[in-house]
Amino acid sequence: MAAQSESAAGRARKGAETGHASAGHGSEIVLEAKDIGKAFGERQVLERIAFQVKRGEWLGILGPNGSGKSTLLHILSGVEMPTAGQALLAGKPLAAYSRKELARFVAVLSQDALPPLGFTVREIIEMGRYPYQNWFGDETGEAGGLVERIIERLKLGPLSDRTVNKLSGGERQRVALGKVMAQEPRLLLLDEPTTFLDIGYQLEMMELIRTWQQEGGLTVVSVLHDLNLAAQFCDRLMLVSRGRIAGKGAPHDVIEARLLSEVYGTEPHVLPHPGSGVPQILLGKGKRS
Amino acid sequence: MKRRLLLWGGAGIALLLLSATAALSIGTVRVPFMHVWGIVAHHVPGVGSGLEPYWTEAEEQIIWKVRLPRVALGLLIGAALGVSGAAFQGVLRNPLADPYTLGVSSGASVGAAFLILFGYQYLFGPWTVPAVAFATGTLSLVTVLALARTHGKMPLETVILSGVVMQAFLGSFVSFMVSLSDQAINEIIFWIMGSLALRGWSYTAVLLPYLAIGGAILLSYGRAMNLLALGERQAAHLGVRVERTKLIVLAASTLVTAAAVSVSGVIAFVGLIIPHLLRLAMGPDYRLLLPMSLLGGAVYVVLADTLARTLLAPTEIPLGVVTALLGAPFFAWLLHRSKRAGKLS
Repeated sequence: MAAQSESAAGRARKGAETGHASAGHGSEIVLEAKDIGKAFGERQVLERIAFQVKRGEWLGILGPNGSGKSTLLHILSGVEMPTAGQALLAGKPLAAYSRKELARFVAVLSQDALPPLGFTVREIIEMGRYPYQNWFGDETGEAGGLVERIIERLKLGPLSDRTVNKLSGGERQRVALGKVMAQEPRLLLLDEPTTFLDIGYQLEMMELIRTWQQEGGLTVVSVLHDLNLAAQFCDRLMLVSRGRIAGKGAPHDVIEARLLSEVYGTEPHVLPHPGSGVPQILLGKGKRS
Repeated sequence: MKRRLLLWGGAGIALLLLSATAALSIGTVRVPFMHVWGIVAHHVPGVGSGLEPYWTEAEEQIIWKVRLPRVALGLLIGAALGVSGAAFQGVLRNPLADPYTLGVSSGASVGAAFLILFGYQYLFGPWTVPAVAFATGTLSLVTVLALARTHGKMPLETVILSGVVMQAFLGSFVSFMVSLSDQAINEIIFWIMGSLALRGWSYTAVLLPYLAIGGAILLSYGRAMNLLALGERQAAHLGVRVERTKLIVLAASTLVTAAAVSVSGVIAFVGLIIPHLLRLAMGPDYRLLLPMSLLGGAVYVVLADTLARTLLAPTEIPLGVVTALLGAPFFAWLLHRSKRAGKLS
């Protein structure tokens, strides 16, 4: 695992030298959804969901409440089984991975990732190493100072021995990110991790993930309600509506007034971001009934 | 982590040895500590067989034949209830969870009450009541788990509710049987209230394998329980097999508890209080809590039993009564202190 991240970091560095923005992108397909469908009894929640994510890419899944995007994420992380189709991780069906193998491949960061527990920050981050530990709690590989590096990276040093129940919500999310980093996954699934954070923490979280992604060749798939955040950080977007894909492509293609009003029932104003040129929305008229 | 375990473990074992010695020493005949150690060492093959007895024959008889079997049983019962209680709390994540949550105490009581009511206690010799109590206790566990299983999963609320239902249902059976007979009333109730009296080495021998195997299984799930505290879904994302873990831990702790109950009756408050007490002292890490609850439970029961047989000598207070009377006020005091120190989150 350590060897892999090292070579990926090497590739990222090479890319930076040539000035290429998407230096970490390989042609390896890390995640593939093959006609995924999910029904709960009579209710069809997802239908014919198909897409591919390459290594180093950041795919953003968007959609209104009830569109099925959370269900899709649960299927991709292995906690739900699809009723049709399957998900492939690095070409191998998800169901073929053992629980621990899956935990070494995929990590999930959710919106309320850490309940206020009595464990210290360091202990929580160490929990991320569980998929690499044997029955006695000893590492099978080489973790070295990984936990310390993560604590430093996330500026958790002064907090490292404090218990998590004494931290603010934003600090706890940062610790949750640390735990997920300790898992050293190849694929990171984000389930609206910024919902309860203020704008400062939101940007900080997304920037940290972006840096981690670029340094380690990490692939990210995120479900976000915030269209602006998604447009700024994702390489590609996928719009899901009533269980089906309504749009797929670069932010410019998906963040588009007519498509958004069809899916969300409200017509936003779409403007380019004054800094990056990425499409951003401003709320317009209320929801049509 | 290992250092903390060694520190706390060392202190726990020291306390255990001290309590056991005190329990052996105290009684209608006071036997000095040195004599106690001498007598025990003398019986250990190889170690003390060369020791010149500096104690009386009477003391030897009292310690070896009368008190030691009782103290040994008390240690095992306490250890069984302590570790099961911690395991239950780790998996059910409910502060009121104790080893009897899945109905095993009422289940075992039904079997015992039935035998006592109809006078069948000695149908198959002295083992009749424990064997039947164990069987009915285990049966109630199986029923509760079957009731709680939905779509191959065991949602925690359903498990707890099924246990409550079973406990109430079987409890009413016991009350019914108690009301049916005048003579048998006291015997049934005394069995239920729990006691370590008049139980020889054979009871210890029966309980030991259950505790050894069950205890070892439970101790190995410490890390998984820590991860479960994050939430079941998160634990699954980290690689824990959540449903399997729940099933194994609940089954193992209930079997250990059923063995304990079948041998000594229902001794309340140990499985509930000891883990909470220890959590206030050493935090929520189950890698520490499980082994320490094992030791703590043993110390607590041995001390409570000593009080039970000496306070109103020659009458014996039922052990379950003493553990509750001692435990509740002490815990209330500790709660009060930790509220002040702001330790309760």
